Amino acid sequence: MGNMKVTKRKKITVHLILLKLKMPQEKIILNPDKWIDKYADYLFNYAVVRVNDSDLAKDLVQETFFAGLKSAKNFQGKAAERTWLVAILKRKVIDHYRKINSKKGQAEVRMNFYNDGEHEGSWIEERVPQSWDNDSEKKLENEELKTQLDMCIDNLPEKYAMVFRMKTIQEFETEEICKELDITASNLWVIIHRARTQLRKCMEDNWFNT
Amino acid sequence: MISCDEATLICDKSQYKEATLAEKLKLNGHFFQCKICRLYSNQNNRMTFLFQIKAINCKQHKNCLSQAEKEKLAIELKKVKV
Repeated sequence: MGNMKVTKRKKITVHLILLKLKMPQEKIILNPDKWIDKYADYLFNYAVVRVNDSDLAKDLVQETFFAGLKSAKNFQGKAAERTWLVAILKRKVIDHYRKINSKKGQAEVRMNFYNDGEHEGSWIEERVPQSWDNDSEKKLENEELKTQLDMCIDNLPEKYAMVFRMKTIQEFETEEICKELDITASNLWVIIHRARTQLRKCMEDNWFNT
Repeated sequence: MISCDEATLICDKSQYKEATLAEKLKLNGHFFQCKICRLYSNQNNRMTFLFQIKAINCKQHKNCLSQAEKEKLAIELKKVKV
């Protein structure tokens, strides 16, 4: 008897889901006059956590709105307005990443390992980690530390800093970063590895062993 | 045996708990013979601790546009709409 009730309830649920699927979805209409009030902060925050530059983030938001207006006629009304604008902004972030990725003459990370010869893959002598001062544990709680760490992160090449911040500071999933920046997971780990080894060295020279 | 470069890459990956079991085994094998990478690993834990503090600070901070910036943006948008 109890089982029959459960089966009947399941059937009703399935029926309701099917009905909902058959029902025509309400078409969403764009309302650009409200974009700034409704989405500017959200899009700005979205951009700034990725590019870590508020002026650039403002430009990206502005470009997103412009692009949204330009392609409003192509909006099919299937996605929510914010989702559609975020999709445009995502493209802008990828374009920015590609731009900084292809910049010639930009600061590169210093190599920590020999990349050829019989020592390939071994530590380069002057980059070998040194023991840190005994009071380095205490130093972990120092307020000035934050400033020094920011300086070290800012010294990273832009694309390394961007991937590092997204993965480590904003704690995005690997898959999400790879999708957003159109890079492979192994590419991401090489970038993270290079960024972290450079940061370790920078903190060693400017904080732990000073 | 894996190189120091590979070992430290796995070490970094494991800081995010994303190293595979096979990678962890290779890493431990490497640590057995390489005290420099053992030191790197030890310091890496401290670096992760620093990054975690920074992550907490950053998440508490919400980025917003000022009213003036929004008004400026509205003017720019109007120009495009016209």
